[in-house]
Amino acid sequence: MKDPVFIAGLGVISAIGNDLPANLHSLSEEKSGIGEMQFLHSDHKGELPVGEVKLSNSDLADPAGLSAKLPRTALLSCVAAREALRDAGWSKTNPLRTGFISANTVGGMDKTEEFFRYFSKNANSGRLAEVVNHECGTITELVADFLSIHHFVSTVSTACSSSANSIFTGARMIRAGYLDYALVGGADALTRFTLNGFNTLMILDRDLCKPFDEERRGLNLGEGAAYLLLASGRGLKELEKKPYACITGYANANDAFHQTASSPEGTGSLLAMKNALAGANLKPSDIDYINLHGTGTQNNDIAEGTAIRLLFDPAFPKMSSTKAYTGHTLGASGAVEAVYSVLAIRHGIIFPNLRWQTPMKELPFHPVTTCLKNQQVRHVLSNSFGFGGNCSSLIFSAA
Amino acid sequence: MKIYIRSTGNISPQHSLDKDTFFQTRIYNSGDSIRALEPNYDDFVDSKMIRRMSRIVKMGVASAMTCLRDSGLDNPAAILTATAYGCLEDTSNFLRRMIEFEEKMLSPTAFIQSTHNTVGAQIALLLKCHNYNNTIVHRAFSFENALIESALLLEEGIGPVLVGAIDEITVDSHAILRRFGLYKKTAEQSPNFAGEGAAFFLLDREPGADSKSVTLDVETVCNTPNQETASRLARNFLNKKHLEPRDLNLVLTPHTGIKKLDQAGDHLLESVFKDLPHFPFKSLSGDYPTAPGFALWLAVLLLREQKSPVWMGGLKFPLKNILIHNQNGGASHSFILITTV
Repeated sequence: MKDPVFIAGLGVISAIGNDLPANLHSLSEEKSGIGEMQFLHSDHKGELPVGEVKLSNSDLADPAGLSAKLPRTALLSCVAAREALRDAGWSKTNPLRTGFISANTVGGMDKTEEFFRYFSKNANSGRLAEVVNHECGTITELVADFLSIHHFVSTVSTACSSSANSIFTGARMIRAGYLDYALVGGADALTRFTLNGFNTLMILDRDLCKPFDEERRGLNLGEGAAYLLLASGRGLKELEKKPYACITGYANANDAFHQTASSPEGTGSLLAMKNALAGANLKPSDIDYINLHGTGTQNNDIAEGTAIRLLFDPAFPKMSSTKAYTGHTLGASGAVEAVYSVLAIRHGIIFPNLRWQTPMKELPFHPVTTCLKNQQVRHVLSNSFGFGGNCSSLIFSAA
Repeated sequence: MKIYIRSTGNISPQHSLDKDTFFQTRIYNSGDSIRALEPNYDDFVDSKMIRRMSRIVKMGVASAMTCLRDSGLDNPAAILTATAYGCLEDTSNFLRRMIEFEEKMLSPTAFIQSTHNTVGAQIALLLKCHNYNNTIVHRAFSFENALIESALLLEEGIGPVLVGAIDEITVDSHAILRRFGLYKKTAEQSPNFAGEGAAFFLLDREPGADSKSVTLDVETVCNTPNQETASRLARNFLNKKHLEPRDLNLVLTPHTGIKKLDQAGDHLLESVFKDLPHFPFKSLSGDYPTAPGFALWLAVLLLREQKSPVWMGGLKFPLKNILIHNQNGGASHSFILITTV
């Protein structure tokens, strides 16, 4: 094991709260944030439930002194990223090298959709201001400027595993001595583009999702942003901050099976989990809690469940998917769930898999169904799997 | 640690799949764009798979296969893909249909292929490669950041790394970028037109079988306050490699022919790179965010072949060091140094 990578600050905004304390409160009180669409303008309103952040673009922008005309992904990203820096006590006068590695999948698509309403009829119409922030990388640059982080700035986009990959890109850079701080995570706003995309794949539940349930019918989409400030030992000392936890393992593998579907035996998921454990020098029995990718689709849950059965049989750790609280926040989900995993360690809480009723007949285990408090949680495995076969697993350990 | 470039693959507007022709014949833009010369893809990938792939995926996959074939390696330890715009054709198609049909009766195909990691995923699928796989989408520095990640992976002992830079021109993207005033022809021969391409590299800690080894170093610096700093950054970068500017045999510059965007590059040519042979790489590849991928391919070819294309003057042999400068928004700079061993 090389030098540890510490987690010095956390920030999150999701359907279950606009900051870290609000998220922890909803998780502990078993309050889901999924419901009828209020802010997204789509023809599917009333038909498809979503996990929206309960703030308009102006409500997100104004307190931060930002323009409400920015893409919603940038606004969500600014709010959560700033919370993580403040939580850690990092300021821009900090003399050590800081990087910002953020993930997203939609970029400024919410604005591009507006532009295309006009542009698709006439190539000379549509306001260019609506597409100037279209690129995923532009979102990161807007936020990096807002935060005054300039030493290293990058953007990762690997569909639903995007922010898990940004987290370990940052961890790798700290281990290599390239950075002393890495603000890592991701953001994604709900857009009509993704809602309709997932709808055409027929994997959206018309009702509230039920991950890892035999009767599961699909996922609910959500939105949000979450960030972790990672620090080297030297960086942590400079902040005079007690760390939340450490990142001890990370691995990325490719399922190499199909562009969107997971292999039935969960090849990529199994490899990611196995390699993360090996990197952390841990045995499967060391894991106290698994935060599942658990989208609630037929395909994901059986692939992930099969991989877990193969790796952990016969002693299964406690596990749950928190997507029944937040919906699937796509490019943000790896980071949102990383924050929840770290909260589980810090507060000794294991969050339940809401609405779970019926065991999956193929699996010899089932998720936790009520909030468990006063637990000893030393090592947490967090899974993120996505389109393109991209599978990533992260391991967080008590500091 | 030295990073060796074991092999390359490149689909570009030039004859990059046929180096003899490339050294003889330069292709010029037609109007405000220059398109990639696409090969017969059946030579690279099973024709059934090809039919389902979009153009950017085909270019990326064929370029990656060329690179691997050249190295004799079946499966890299990591696949890193850099793209600023992602799969624009499918993104546009899905958006247009979504708007036209008011969110009804849509087919999933375009959406499935629209995600930024599609090229990296299709390469993995084709190779049945379960190894590390990541996609970096950071505007003009997408490729440089992928190179930095490659270096970190190699340092951890994960290698060889297949890393590539891909972006495409589509009818919609070209119409939009043109409206931003990016392609106002300002002078004869100025590289003021859109481009595209897919360049892949196999990086390793070992030189591989090829005796004509080249190594690379890379650095990016974001948001420097003024041009004075850009020349200081260039000097610092070279100093770290124990080089002086006069040790550079060629500087490949990011000039686009638009005065405002070229200021930083002009300044470097007037200061730290004064009197050095230089060439604007976008005059061959056209202007697109991941064009430094093309520049790296060009630099590796020149160093390996030790000869000048008939259409490029001013080179002095032997060539030892080539520097690629790139910029993002005028205030962020990257430097890639390629050296013969």
